[in-house]
Amino acid sequence: MSKYSLDYLDHLESEAIHIFREVAGQFERPALLFSGGKDSITLVQLALKAFRPGKFPFPLVHIDTGHNFPEALKYRDELAEKIGEKLIVRNVEDTIKSKNLTEPKGKFASRNALQTFTLLDTIEEFGFDACIGGARRDEEKARAKERIFSVRDEFGQWDPKLQRPELWNTYNGRITKGENVRVFPISNWTELDVWNYIRREKIELPSIYFSHEREVIDHEGQLVAVSDFIKLDAADKVLKKNVRYRTVGDMTCTAAVESHASNIDDIISEITATKTSERGETRIDDKVSEAAMEDRKKNGYF
Amino acid sequence: MDLLRFITAGSVDDGKSTLIGRLLYDSKSIMIDQLEAIEKQSKNKEQGEIDLALLTDGLRAEREQGITIDVAYKYFSTPKRKFIIADAPGHIQYTRNMVTGASTADLAIILVDARNGVVEQTRRHSIIASLLNIPHVVVAINKMDLVNYSQDIYNNIVIDYADVAKSLGLKDVTYIPISAVFGDNIVEKSPKLAWYEGPSLLHLLESVEVDKDTNLTDPRFPVQYVIRPQTDDLHDYRGYAGKVISGIYRKGDAVTVLPSGRTSKIQKIEHNGIEVDEVFAPQSAILHLEDDIDISRGDVIAKSDNLPKTTQELDVVLCWMDNKPLTTGSKYLLQINSRVVKSVIKEIEYKLDVNTLQKMDATAASLNDVIKVKIKTASPIPYDSYNDLRENGGAILIDETSHVTVGACMIQ
Repeated sequence: MSKYSLDYLDHLESEAIHIFREVAGQFERPALLFSGGKDSITLVQLALKAFRPGKFPFPLVHIDTGHNFPEALKYRDELAEKIGEKLIVRNVEDTIKSKNLTEPKGKFASRNALQTFTLLDTIEEFGFDACIGGARRDEEKARAKERIFSVRDEFGQWDPKLQRPELWNTYNGRITKGENVRVFPISNWTELDVWNYIRREKIELPSIYFSHEREVIDHEGQLVAVSDFIKLDAADKVLKKNVRYRTVGDMTCTAAVESHASNIDDIISEITATKTSERGETRIDDKVSEAAMEDRKKNGYF
Repeated sequence: MDLLRFITAGSVDDGKSTLIGRLLYDSKSIMIDQLEAIEKQSKNKEQGEIDLALLTDGLRAEREQGITIDVAYKYFSTPKRKFIIADAPGHIQYTRNMVTGASTADLAIILVDARNGVVEQTRRHSIIASLLNIPHVVVAINKMDLVNYSQDIYNNIVIDYADVAKSLGLKDVTYIPISAVFGDNIVEKSPKLAWYEGPSLLHLLESVEVDKDTNLTDPRFPVQYVIRPQTDDLHDYRGYAGKVISGIYRKGDAVTVLPSGRTSKIQKIEHNGIEVDEVFAPQSAILHLEDDIDISRGDVIAKSDNLPKTTQELDVVLCWMDNKPLTTGSKYLLQINSRVVKSVIKEIEYKLDVNTLQKMDATAASLNDVIKVKIKTASPIPYDSYNDLRENGGAILIDETSHVTVGACMIQ
């Protein structure tokens, strides 16, 4: 290896920084959608590298479903404080009240779909023209088709058949008023790439990513945390297990995995050995249908 | 561990999906739940066959029609390398999608059906690989199981393809006989193809030297964004943020800012928040200059002893990507890296038959056409010839009213 060779993580990092700066150069009111999950935490690290010693040219925006893990919310507030950047929080609860939305019913009533309403309202409220998110193409096969600069119409809809060609590293972010662009700087990263980067950069994560004891129920092979947000049936047995989370979404639609991995090295070994995909193992919301993600994205979901 | 981006173009008939499925499966990148999901949908499940195309065809319309419409990106890694596959459709009506996938590829896998040999589609894919200047080409002669693993048939195809490669000036071509269905020569070398002396496909993908493809001799730094914190302690801080797309920059280098032509020297270089003595392609960095000169987004900082061309008249090979036709006199925005200028199509010189490379007279171009044009820009742009420096010779055309990307320009 010559001294001018780069590790694959350096390639991915430089590509992501380049994308961040294109957003800063092309848009007037961008926002970084921040959930407190590892992918958006990685985005913050990349934004620090892209813009320091300057400030971020965008606020962090969190669409809070009200069903989040308290550990993730605590992490969110502490991070925003530590880096001294603006954090905007908008609550799905408020949208439900103001718009008279119907809450989904059922055992794992998830506000995942309602999130889209709050997101679109927030985009309108602040006039955001670009929203940066931590989606990756390896997560799901509809995402594998999405551009890095993904144009949404004024209803937030994605049209997979009318995507702009995206050539070289040239990003076309021109839009008509009312449209907005979703930008995915870590499109080309895999789950393992993110973990390896977190290890290399020594990034701190919310505690739920590491093994801890938690009360869960076993739902068709998936471990769901007992919380105020799910309804227990008589048949449910509450179990105490050592678990960690592979992804952090809502408490209602994210499942835990049994694990004793208490540090990043152990997590990376587990992920390297696993035979189930990240979404397959932990997301209850993708199992609805073969095109669940494609349909949600068409409707304005991230 | 480094990174290789490659493209596979073709249709299900060529065994493209089976090949990708093989690479993903044998490198353990397909997970059990993903396999179960496609098993459920596979039409031939009663025969125990899994339709690996379902893995790559991500959109409902693609699954319904059984075709690949758009580029999908797939990922796998081995202990040696991370791979990004641009999985592109192969039919002529999706030429623009293949061009898109090819634009970032270091390597192209051209699939040839051993039963049919070099056909029109082989030529078209090779022409696109050469137009987009993909550094490495691997000709995978597939379905060897259906020709009894015959060395003669393989040799004849190699001879035929060598003519294609020569006429197109393809630089680095490697041939491999494979059977994607049976995994012959995909990950492991196959005893059925003992006469073949080269490496397996995966081994080849792991060992192609891609570092050498990075241009380290012609320094180009398009400015993306100017960082000016304007705080008390950083009152005079003014950093030019961008990516070194080629070459090496060192502290003290004499530089010229284009298109203005103003000169200065590099005072300070920051990489990931740390001051360094040099940065090189493809690192992102912040450059500081000794003189306070006017520099904004889209300007290129080049080394004064190695300048790109800066003109308003461009000779361009163009792949047209819009449903509305292109005609002489049409105006578009032209974007090269971070610079956007107005431009007009002055003249259509000819249209290229992408199956035969023949030049034909043309007055307009329609979707998927490849044409040679003269473009005039409203202000000078700094660029290099695409064939010399891909990173600074590729541009897109944008429709001024719909804002859609309508053309891919390879500047000559």
